[in-house]
Amino acid sequence: MSTLAANAPGAPGGGLADVAASEATLRRFLHGLPGVDQVGLEARAATLGTRSIKTTAKAFAIDLAISMIDLTTLEGADTVGKVRSLCAKGLNPDPTDRTAPQVAAICVYPDMVETAKTALRGSDIQVASVATAFPSGRAGMPVKLADTAEAVAAGADEIDMVIDRGAFLSGRYLEVFEEIRAVKEACRRPDGSSAHLKVIFETGELQTYDNVRRASWLAMIAGADFIKTSTGKVAVNATPPVTLLMLEAVRDFRAATGTQVGVKPAGGIRTTKDAMKYLVMVNETLGDDWLSPHWFRFGASSLLNDLLMQRQKLRTGRYSGPDYVTVD
Amino acid sequence: MAKTDKKTAQPVQPAKPSGLFEYAPAPESPAAAGEIATSYGHFIGGRFVDSSGSEALKTVNPATEQVLAEFAQGTEEDVDRAVAAARKAFAGWSSLPGSERAKYLFRIARIVQERSRELAVLESIDNGKPIRETRDVDLPLVAAHFFYYAGWADKLDFAGFGPNPRPLGVAAQVIPWNFPLLMLAWKVAPALATGNTVVLKPAETTPLTALRFAEICRQAGLPDGVVNIVTGDGRTGAALTAHPDVNKVAFTGSTPVGRAIAKQIAGTRKKLSLELGGKAANIVFDDAPLDQAVEGIVNGIFFNQGHVCCAGSRLLVQESIQDELLDALKRRMGTLRVGDPLDKNTDIGAINSAAQLARITELAAAGEQEGAERWAPECELPGAGYWFRPTLFTGVSQAHRIAREEIFGPVLSVLTFRTPAEAVEKANNTPFGLSAGIWTEKGSRILWMANRLRAGVVWANTFNKFDPTSPFGGYKESGYGREGGRHGLEPYLNVEALDV
Repeated sequence: MSTLAANAPGAPGGGLADVAASEATLRRFLHGLPGVDQVGLEARAATLGTRSIKTTAKAFAIDLAISMIDLTTLEGADTVGKVRSLCAKGLNPDPTDRTAPQVAAICVYPDMVETAKTALRGSDIQVASVATAFPSGRAGMPVKLADTAEAVAAGADEIDMVIDRGAFLSGRYLEVFEEIRAVKEACRRPDGSSAHLKVIFETGELQTYDNVRRASWLAMIAGADFIKTSTGKVAVNATPPVTLLMLEAVRDFRAATGTQVGVKPAGGIRTTKDAMKYLVMVNETLGDDWLSPHWFRFGASSLLNDLLMQRQKLRTGRYSGPDYVTVD
Repeated sequence: MAKTDKKTAQPVQPAKPSGLFEYAPAPESPAAAGEIATSYGHFIGGRFVDSSGSEALKTVNPATEQVLAEFAQGTEEDVDRAVAAARKAFAGWSSLPGSERAKYLFRIARIVQERSRELAVLESIDNGKPIRETRDVDLPLVAAHFFYYAGWADKLDFAGFGPNPRPLGVAAQVIPWNFPLLMLAWKVAPALATGNTVVLKPAETTPLTALRFAEICRQAGLPDGVVNIVTGDGRTGAALTAHPDVNKVAFTGSTPVGRAIAKQIAGTRKKLSLELGGKAANIVFDDAPLDQAVEGIVNGIFFNQGHVCCAGSRLLVQESIQDELLDALKRRMGTLRVGDPLDKNTDIGAINSAAQLARITELAAAGEQEGAERWAPECELPGAGYWFRPTLFTGVSQAHRIAREEIFGPVLSVLTFRTPAEAVEKANNTPFGLSAGIWTEKGSRILWMANRLRAGVVWANTFNKFDPTSPFGGYKESGYGREGGRHGLEPYLNVEALDV
């Protein structure tokens, strides 16, 4: 990675812009990244998963995890009513305990952005919208950009785009790069500000860890504000090793360019125990700088209630049950 | 990670786990270790018996320096009784069908699993190693060893040593303090599977799990005298290996003691296997999977406080990635949690004894005096007990003591190389030859290197991985004979042609 040093810092893409000067340079850069040993990566993630988080540490981590949730509904059956009720949940996760923190964001399809925006008016909760023909990404660029622009125009604070996995897997890295660039452009608002861009890799489809590391650098160089594992719509979603690898990528990217990028594992994180494992990985790989909703998110729907039940248990000393948290 | 322009690059910040998200103590209960008696005798002929002598030794918890128990200093008379008990049991045990011996071994394996928490906590208390390792490494491997050799007991005819390979007789086994119960398993399981009976002497700083194992032998209904345990220091060990009625000597420990044993039994018919010291090279090429290599380096030298004979104590790094790798390694070392062995989040526990701590301290001081640069992360060490920070030496040359002598502690010496041939030359330039590690994404280079490294175990893109099916042992001053796998049967079998 000594090639990184040759790039002028401060340029777009964190000083790595000329890496994407051509298909050949981009390919050479991505294939020049250090390889990932599957056994070693999985062993490290498993070891971090054995950390024992108790008492005060658990209380801290539960509240932190709640505040990092992108509370999500991405169903064909979504209605205005469903989205409003989810927003109410995000604002007041535990009606029996107003000290429970709010979630980070509500994540919906573009046509529900306005509803969510209205429901959350006056709060700090962000509205995130998936876009670019989510979840498959199989549409032409004009459609993807229009999808994005519509969500931004409706008031989305954050855009969760999917990359074209077909292009990535067939080695057309520059196409993926330019797509992210174009979507980033489409995130711009008339007042010059921009919606935050999260780039979803669908790591379950990229399959190999080497691919995940390459996709991470590709997206970060193209200007991603966050890199995100999955849509939640395929068989394999966020896993601890994939997330650990992405945490290492953002760490190395900041060391190389000075630009900090966030990470969002999504899909399949359902229990407090799972969430603790992810927070331990963030803590021991990245430290304090990433331990906030600005830099780490959970894309999840059922996780919140499990966190709330554990929170009630810690507060009251009694085990809670699913009837003591709201179903929205 | 990459060396970049100073203006934008962030300094290497150790991701300290002691910032915002501080882990609350998560202690395992010491009571889970079960009752520790105030004093122990030997286990001979299926019973706990008092020593014929009056001398007693003490075993302390190295994390607190508190005395855990007294135990007997085995006398020559004690050793003689134990060998006699093993001899008496040999005829019956060796004539059992292999499938019957296997039943006992399977039973022992299952009891070890059932009592694994108790044994893990006891091992942590007596040895100082973190509960995370006793729970996740030592105990699973102990059970796996018994399961594995139980499977061989009725298949010895097909192990490749000819028809009807015969047991040797009474095996004298002397084991070290770094993996007390695991080393016991490595010794006892193959000996029993092949039909030998044993007299085992655990190390004088860590006798407790061996004595608890004696209880397990009783619980498993093992015939009296098949396993005998005599405690004591080196004098007891010497009496045991010198005993004329012993047929087999197996020793794991330091090279000087191994050499003394070899001299002592030279000219006798005793069969000998030695697993001695090491000074392993962990070789990292510029195309290595870096993050995993860093984990492998950490696991190679800081696992078990570096009290590992096959520890990757010499890091050989290709010069072109030295800075990048060392930055990443230092950052990772900053996250190691040193402290209470019973805390489930502890990565590095206590040094096993005051004597070992003194040796590590002395060698580290020699490293500084000889001009190597010393680095260790900031970390608070507990007041009582024996502790040593995970330590890194850079600028080490082949001539330095810390590059040649086994430190047996959490101290890593970093050397560099330019080409694969130079890596091989430096890796082999040691009197030891127990293990080596290779880190590269290039498969052909792994094979090229492995063929040239004079080490009993060569790990590729991993380190300190153990498995009962895999033979383990050394070249040169690291000893001879193999433990584990099919090869591990041979030291306990008479494989010469049958006398007719």
